[in-house]
Amino acid sequence: MHTPIRWFRRRSSQQLLMAIGAALLLLVGGAVIMVPFLWMISTSLKQAGEVYLMPPIWVPSDLQWVNFVTAWTRLNFSLYASNTFLIVSTVMIGTLFSASFAAYGFARLRAPGRDFIFMLLLATLMLPGAVTLVPTYLMFNKIGWVNTFLPLIAPAFFGNAFFVFLMRQFYITIPRELEESAMMDGATIYQIWWHIMLPLSGPVLATIAVFTFVGTYNDFFTPLIYLSDDTMHTIAVALTYFQGSAKIGPKMHLLMAAVSISVIPPLVLFLFAQRYFVRGIVTTGIKG
Amino acid sequence: MVQESRTIESRRLGKRERREAMHAYVFMSPVIIGLLLFTLGPVIVSLGLSFTEYNLLSDPKWIGVENYIEMYGEDLFWQSLRVSAIYSVVSVPLGLVLALFLAILLNQKIRGMYVFRAIYYLPTVISGVGVAMLWRWIFNGQYGVINTLLHNIGVKGPNWLIDENWALTALIITSIWGVGGTMLIFLAGLQGIPQELMEAAEIDGAGRWQQFRHVTLPLISHVTFFNLVLGIIGALQVFTDAYVITNGGPNNATMFISVYLYRHAFIYLNFGYSAALAWVLFMIVLTLTLLVFRSSPIWVFYESERQGKS
Repeated sequence: MHTPIRWFRRRSSQQLLMAIGAALLLLVGGAVIMVPFLWMISTSLKQAGEVYLMPPIWVPSDLQWVNFVTAWTRLNFSLYASNTFLIVSTVMIGTLFSASFAAYGFARLRAPGRDFIFMLLLATLMLPGAVTLVPTYLMFNKIGWVNTFLPLIAPAFFGNAFFVFLMRQFYITIPRELEESAMMDGATIYQIWWHIMLPLSGPVLATIAVFTFVGTYNDFFTPLIYLSDDTMHTIAVALTYFQGSAKIGPKMHLLMAAVSISVIPPLVLFLFAQRYFVRGIVTTGIKG
Repeated sequence: MVQESRTIESRRLGKRERREAMHAYVFMSPVIIGLLLFTLGPVIVSLGLSFTEYNLLSDPKWIGVENYIEMYGEDLFWQSLRVSAIYSVVSVPLGLVLALFLAILLNQKIRGMYVFRAIYYLPTVISGVGVAMLWRWIFNGQYGVINTLLHNIGVKGPNWLIDENWALTALIITSIWGVGGTMLIFLAGLQGIPQELMEAAEIDGAGRWQQFRHVTLPLISHVTFFNLVLGIIGALQVFTDAYVITNGGPNNATMFISVYLYRHAFIYLNFGYSAALAWVLFMIVLTLTLLVFRSSPIWVFYESERQGKS
């Protein structure tokens, strides 16, 4: 009678110690992670004269919120933000549609060559983007799409390999009964996909939406090579132009204000979606 | 009679199967078209282009393996391979170990743990140009926060981005900051370990380290495998940080193969040469991936094996 109780107690106190140790380590690590952000915010709120002080001050004497307004207007942020959101929202529609649509075929319908196509699709995940880069650029150049948003948007409508995989893995966990009874009631396969499968796929669709938003918003390479006109830039490309431009010169506080503004959309999205998102990855991530 | 009804039945089934296949192809059509248009087509064209000289102004000129020979004699090409290799060899294992360690910490049952998870994942979400520019400022030799902190503990920090001995290290530190994605995948793996197994090991008298070594590590080896493959592929293609933070400099100390390729394609308009470069990169990635896959029976443990044994 005695031993199990003592064993249990020792175990729980040991676990408590582990938890405290873990929490302490996480606190220290978390502080390290946050230093760059704090430095960014600190710099963005400084007066020009305070930026290059030695030793540096972390809390500016007088918080210059006006830096954000100056950065926004001087760098013509409205234009780049509207370009970016036009691209991001269209890419999201295309990605969600194509991934959820195509995945249904791979998950539920039998056809010769289906598994071969699926394996081929997964194999492309290992293909460096550089290999297709030049021919794809030349193709878009030939049809006159360079310096339009189309090269950034069009590929989204043709199924991203990873997201098709994610959707398929989710579909195969849904019991078939629902679809079978809908079939009895005379629903077409497309109605079943739209009215039954999609409404059940909320968490995965949300995960894909967040990934797509973040990936497209942060993408630098694609807009860099396809958009040469100054008024066509996305926020990501525009920022690099601000860096050396005469508009702000070496004014680090304005640059950091611009960078702070630029990280707000993905940051807000992440904070809202955080629990959903982390759970989505944790449950669908890497089974099978 | 029996014969006849059976043939009708099978023919009807064949028809239904054919209809199912037709619908399947309709559903898969975005992927099929996408594969042909944006992957398989370009892959083949790119291989062809790699044997030509092409700069958009005139038609591609067939020059055989000239591009590859030129590459072989080019110092900058070897330098770019060296930079990408050092970066991958250091950042991938370091990232994996740190990500796993963090995932184990974040897997403890502590109230409010989701706040920590969010903080550690955050850098992954807001990666990109803005953050790369922030790093330039952080690594500033005179006024940057890193050297300021080092100064406080009496160490004189290097001039990170200007010193060719330190620039690559700075980029590796940057990559480690963004380890949250890998960490999250490890966390998913850890949460898939059945609690009974850990308890059973504990009852058998296994210590913490033994539990980790003999239960946790084997049971998440497929996750480690996944992260390793993705890590190698990602590290060999890193571009944004290299382009924005150092742009290949100083003195080509951060001339990643991706930056080298970008310059040849879009600055010098050597499309043939850059296609050849892309194929060399492809072969390297393919070889490494195959090596990892080949080695997996030795160290990757699959769930089905466990079920088979019990």
